[in-house]
Amino acid sequence: MRQLDFRTPRIGIDSVEHEAKLLRLWETSPGLKGFLTSVDHKEIGIRYIITAFVFLALGGIEALVMRLQLAGPNLSLLTPEQYNQLFSTHGMTMIFLYAAPILSGFSNYLWPLVLGSRDMAFPRLNALSYWIYLAAGLFLYAGFLTGNGPNDGWFNYVPYALRDYNPGMNQDFYALGMVLLGISTTVGAANFIVTAFKTRAPGMSINRMPILVWGTLTASIANILVVPAVSLAFLLLWMDRQFGTHFFDPAGGGQPLLWQHLFWIFGHPWVYAIVLPAMGMVSDGLPVFCRRPLVGYSLVAVSTVATMIFGFGVWVHHMFATGLPGLGLSFFSAASIAITIPSAVAVFAWLSTVWLGRPVRTTAFLFFASMIVLFVIGGVSGFMTASVPVDWQLTDTYFVVAHIHYVLIGINVFPVVGAMYFWFPKMTGRLLDERLGRWNFWTMFVGFNVAFLPMHITGLLGMPRRVYTYNDYGGWAALNMLTSIGSFIFALGVLLFFINVVKSLKSGARAGKNPWDAPTLEWATSSPPPPYNFAVIPTVGSRHPLWEDRLGEEGIVSSTDRGMLLDQGKETIGTTALDAEPEMIMEMAEDSFAPLSLAAGLSVLFVGLLVRNWMVVGAGAAVVFISLVMWMWPRRDLREREAAHV
Amino acid sequence: MSVSPLEYLDSAGPRAHAIVPLTWFTLIVSLSVCVVISVLLWIAASRTRKGDDPGAMRTIPIERGGNGIRWITVGLMISAVPLAVTLVWTMVTLAAVASPPANPGLVLDVTGHQFWWEVKYNGQSPDQEFITANEIHIPVNVPVLVRLHGGDVIHSFWVPQLTGKTDTIPGQTNVSWMQADKPGRYLGQCTEFCGWQHAHMQFEVVAQPQADFEAWRSAQLQPAPAPKTPEQQHGMAYVEYRCGLCHQVRGTAAGAVSAPDLTHLMSRRMIAAGTLPNDHASLAGWIQAPQSFKPGNQMPTQYLTGLQLSDTLAYLETLK
Repeated sequence: MRQLDFRTPRIGIDSVEHEAKLLRLWETSPGLKGFLTSVDHKEIGIRYIITAFVFLALGGIEALVMRLQLAGPNLSLLTPEQYNQLFSTHGMTMIFLYAAPILSGFSNYLWPLVLGSRDMAFPRLNALSYWIYLAAGLFLYAGFLTGNGPNDGWFNYVPYALRDYNPGMNQDFYALGMVLLGISTTVGAANFIVTAFKTRAPGMSINRMPILVWGTLTASIANILVVPAVSLAFLLLWMDRQFGTHFFDPAGGGQPLLWQHLFWIFGHPWVYAIVLPAMGMVSDGLPVFCRRPLVGYSLVAVSTVATMIFGFGVWVHHMFATGLPGLGLSFFSAASIAITIPSAVAVFAWLSTVWLGRPVRTTAFLFFASMIVLFVIGGVSGFMTASVPVDWQLTDTYFVVAHIHYVLIGINVFPVVGAMYFWFPKMTGRLLDERLGRWNFWTMFVGFNVAFLPMHITGLLGMPRRVYTYNDYGGWAALNMLTSIGSFIFALGVLLFFINVVKSLKSGARAGKNPWDAPTLEWATSSPPPPYNFAVIPTVGSRHPLWEDRLGEEGIVSSTDRGMLLDQGKETIGTTALDAEPEMIMEMAEDSFAPLSLAAGLSVLFVGLLVRNWMVVGAGAAVVFISLVMWMWPRRDLREREAAHV
Repeated sequence: MSVSPLEYLDSAGPRAHAIVPLTWFTLIVSLSVCVVISVLLWIAASRTRKGDDPGAMRTIPIERGGNGIRWITVGLMISAVPLAVTLVWTMVTLAAVASPPANPGLVLDVTGHQFWWEVKYNGQSPDQEFITANEIHIPVNVPVLVRLHGGDVIHSFWVPQLTGKTDTIPGQTNVSWMQADKPGRYLGQCTEFCGWQHAHMQFEVVAQPQADFEAWRSAQLQPAPAPKTPEQQHGMAYVEYRCGLCHQVRGTAAGAVSAPDLTHLMSRRMIAAGTLPNDHASLAGWIQAPQSFKPGNQMPTQYLTGLQLSDTLAYLETLK
């Protein structure tokens, strides 16, 4: 007995009763229960952001301790093993626990708002992705705090990571923690992909998506493709260590280079995955402060995708010194030089946007604009090391340390802090303090460059990286002292940022809906947005719905005050992948304990694997199974038993 | 400020020379790009008056204006030129220096160990071969082929002034080569992270005129001289009994090969892979407390009495 399941959404305008009805449907219950069960993308996004900033602070403290040890030649503040665990944990923290999750946090928070939707496509999966991220972070740090942190760099080369050379539990924590984290990344990426293709507001065809969405979408597709490589690598490592499988052990017929290929097939695209969304933030944020649309939207969108496609084919440039044949090296060298082109497209697009606009130098503008310079510096040093013979000299020196920090701090941290100044008012309803903001910016900018610009010279003078101490050869001591001083100034700048956040949460100026007079949909709803984001689903007619009247584009009619009401349940509209034509009413899952209990069960399972207690593994697996049953239990109101079309 | 011995721009052989102009070219291109972009951005950002007032946001009209695409096309066209030059130059340089010379004057087998370098000199016959550690002598103006082996974990062989890096990887044999223009000492350093003492894993390449090299080589081929004094005889007994568990002294019962060969220990300038100078005091300190100088290295503490130590040193110092 099936009834025809077909309903035309009512079109209407916002009203007080309508909003009250939506609020009842969408609001997370207060208190602890709400905290543990919420699937609201805004709540999850903010949790991601806070957690990632905590890890940024931890990784920063680790860096400062190392800079004390390296402030002068032959110091002995740290033992070699302490230093090795610190630099490895610093890399792991910044790359895996800060740089990617912070961007997931922003995208989680912003996507449904910029897409004109009410939540991510899979709200519970979203919650699961966060809980597993948190669990993996705690798991990895449990190792570090018990003296079992990673001690072989974030890249973790074998055979040093094998049990013969590394008998402690360090590598078991790292290997299992990374496999666990990979689950979070994968489900998060799947969610982003479906959300981008299926939940855009009617009319937001694919060529009207904000560049941030292009960036995170591209990164997510890359993650789906490459995270399996690294999860596999760490699983094989763990099996080598626990069961003597010899995948990487040359004495048993294994191949140390297999690790490097698996790791960098993941690792290089990952570098793009942790900068492309941040570049998207700049592409969307910078034009607002230049009072004009971004120059070359289509080119920037295409170059985002092109960067990633090239990015799949450059992993061997991390392995130029491993003795691979010259012909192969030439191809990877050429690809690494060619990847400069799509990056240059973005640089010239931003530069001309500033040049052809009328810039207003807010703190957010300063962070976004300075990123262009830092991006170029990080880019050209990458271009230098793309040349194989030059790389043979520069690789594994401080030149590459300088390069990676210009890339990751320049293209991730600076845009992220800029994005906080830009979107904090949307998240909290209050503006960050501009005066403190300027201090914040200049301290970070000066400190960063004092620390890392001279480091290029340190590298050219031949200082190898990953050494716990050094002799003063030809000025290394002075350069290292400079870097240490700069790093503390930079840390002070980051501290000012945190202070500004705390201070402005209480006493920041009220923001209103659209404090920057920005053009995209998130600024059409209140600050902070209600749980349902939009009382009526917006209709989009251009890339700049809120600027249409002033850009004078004829015949374009975006609408944010009249549209589909969708108040028969927790509903949003599903649209077609390219043109965003309405296709279905999507029934969204309500708050649930299942994501948390699934993540908890997985954590128990991984702890069991770590200590090799199969009872604990079994208990964890049971919790996982029960959670999945709770999650998947067929429910007519979520249309999960829908058969084929009638 | 002295010149850093690990600075490769101060090259001393053909393999390293080829990379210096390419580095300068890419460096100057890179610096120019940074300067041009920074200046353009600075000018662009400073043009608006009252641009520091966030309140101005709403008063400035929104306009498209300007031919932005031309910026991108012109920018790309300009960028493409140095990129293309670099690409071609890279390939040409790679072709010139990547492959080892067909007829090397000397063939070495170098093995990376935690945390020292084993060096085997190959000869026409087995009696022309010998093993040494951490100090590589080569004749000037002769191409030297270096076959690289991984003893335990991955290390990387790097003599900046003579050759770029090549990893030593267990289970495979990599090849590097080098040639020095003039006599001198060139510092080498492990550059792949290999554990606790990655920092203290150096070696020296000593380039000598051919005659000096031949003299050094024939000296190295000799076994250790017999001890002369009673102290030296006692010392030799300790060396055979204790040091010989890991080290070799050719011509004695100390015959293990899992640590540096000591047959001509005193001919080397440094000990412990560049960690300490090779003098009486350092040698004594190293034997008694190796873990305090280089924590995590493989040499155990010896707990010798004062007399045992002085006898051991007396013998070791005959190993010229």
